[in-house]
Amino acid sequence: MAFSTEDLQVMDSIIKRYPRSRSAIMPLLHFVQSKAGYVTNEGIEVIAKLLELEAAEVTAVSTFYTQYKPTPVGEYHVGVCTNTLCAIMGGDAIFASLKDHLGIGNDEVTADGKVSLEHIECNAACDYAPVVMANWEFYDNQTVESAKELVDSMRAGNPKPPTRGPSRLVTYKEASAVLAGLNDGLAHEGVQAGEPTLLGLKLSKEGK
Amino acid sequence: MTKLAPVLSAHWDEKDSFTLEGYKRHGGYKASEKALKMDPDAVIQLVKDSGLRGRGGAGFPTGMKWGFIPQGDNKDHYLVVNADESEPGTCKDTPLLMANPHVLIEGCIIACHAIRAKHAFIYIRGEITHVARRVNQAISDAYAAGILGNGIDVVLHVGAGAYICGEETALLDSLEGFRGQPRLRPPFPAIAGLYARPTVVNNVESIASVPAIVLNGAEWYQSMGTEKSKGTTLYSLSGHVANPGQFEAPLGITLREILDLAGGIRPGHKLKFWTPGGSSTPLFTDAHLDVPLDYEGVAAAGSMLGTKALQIFDETTCVVRAVLRWTEFYKHESCGKCTPCREGTWWLVQILRDLEEGKGTEADLAKLLDLCDNIMGRSFCALGDGATSPITSSIKYFRDEYIAHLTTGGCPFDPVASTLFVGAGA
Repeated sequence: MAFSTEDLQVMDSIIKRYPRSRSAIMPLLHFVQSKAGYVTNEGIEVIAKLLELEAAEVTAVSTFYTQYKPTPVGEYHVGVCTNTLCAIMGGDAIFASLKDHLGIGNDEVTADGKVSLEHIECNAACDYAPVVMANWEFYDNQTVESAKELVDSMRAGNPKPPTRGPSRLVTYKEASAVLAGLNDGLAHEGVQAGEPTLLGLKLSKEGK
Repeated sequence: MTKLAPVLSAHWDEKDSFTLEGYKRHGGYKASEKALKMDPDAVIQLVKDSGLRGRGGAGFPTGMKWGFIPQGDNKDHYLVVNADESEPGTCKDTPLLMANPHVLIEGCIIACHAIRAKHAFIYIRGEITHVARRVNQAISDAYAAGILGNGIDVVLHVGAGAYICGEETALLDSLEGFRGQPRLRPPFPAIAGLYARPTVVNNVESIASVPAIVLNGAEWYQSMGTEKSKGTTLYSLSGHVANPGQFEAPLGITLREILDLAGGIRPGHKLKFWTPGGSSTPLFTDAHLDVPLDYEGVAAAGSMLGTKALQIFDETTCVVRAVLRWTEFYKHESCGKCTPCREGTWWLVQILRDLEEGKGTEADLAKLLDLCDNIMGRSFCALGDGATSPITSSIKYFRDEYIAHLTTGGCPFDPVASTLFVGAGA
């Protein structure tokens, strides 16, 4: 794919956020993923040109961060937390069953291109363990069964909505645009907090 | 009287708590209005007087950090908010930003005024789309309302999955557009931070605590907490408990008190080990239930308050498995800059895997401790030090369990028993 004039304008506006242009590498890489679904060589070249860097310098940054994917991921990229707490609470069992259910391994994509799978590190939602992320949206308190239903809903083209997030699951490309700092107008959707987040406040109001 | 004291979390139960309207309903942006009329040095003094200490783990006095920024130097100054919450077990800044991003923006305005900065950057981790969305929207709304843009700009910068970027100098390199690797200190960020300019790097919760201090005064903040650990803070309870969640309380509350409020360990089980502040803080056991959870109390008991991430594990949990998994995390997240951490974490994983599978020998325990000794204090940054904490503390308290893996030729625990799905009494 080629970047359109409009894309280049967006990229220019991303660069203008910063006092020094090189700081824009990370959002620009997220932006490339929002267009291509992963970090393409063309994307690297475009960023290098815009920032007056060598392509190797951009690649060096891209390969350091695990969220920049060197090959295409699925339309729905599923991450299962297998850091200690989630793993022990059921994350290991969920990850094993999803690999089996989808017939793919870690960092692989289903043949239909719908779902990719990755074991992820702690995602800052331990009070909702075991946690599954899809396109980096929260799916809290998962079980083996609920996780299977989730990926089935993705393959059927009608993914279940996140538990704390917008009322529909955006695609990987759409999520990448948000991570590039673009506004998709969905911030007002979804809960302000889940039950565990509010537990202390609730108990305090009960005088405990 | 209640032991809890919601300040940051006081209005999270209102459905629109994350909107500008919801925030203003409870005095939102009154504190920045007040602070902008104050002399910047008076704001720094107020924060110093409040006793607020860094909530990202280290506990450095926030006002003192602000005071290190040289004044009248004719250089640009920067505020950088560390929202790269990634320490295993830590889950406080993420719900805070989802429920109330405006309190962080207001804190940024006040901090920028105090340190004479025109630019603040919020470096948020990349794996939380909806939180990035909410913060971005809040920034847009603050601009539209004329709250930002009058001399102070706030920019959201989204990371891309590197734990090391929670280390403040690695974060700065990342924000400058490089691989996120820590820098040698000195110079400290206060002298040469972002773009080699004087920079304050603060945790989300630290900055978000400032508006209430400005509105209610240092004395009010001082009235909560313990002698050297003032104010309220978010304790995040997770794991094998009846009711996990966020508990905002004055510093110095104990795990026993929090567990009493939360309904205790999950039914039919008992506490085995826990972290007071994330996986990089040495483990505690049921002997530490009454340790005051403030900076001094936890340190005196041999660990660190860290991020107040209380990860609770009951007797069904294999400590060797838990520690191996954390160690795999540190190996994966080691940035590779320094040898002790890069090579050391790799070897720690090899030895722990053997031990967990019952293939090691008792001599491997000594080797693990020796490796830890060579990583701790010899690594470039705290990641290496943190990697040793679960290992040394677990061998200290659960040496017999390591040995049991060797004598039984494998893990004596049933992993199913520790999952959430087996339910009580399994």
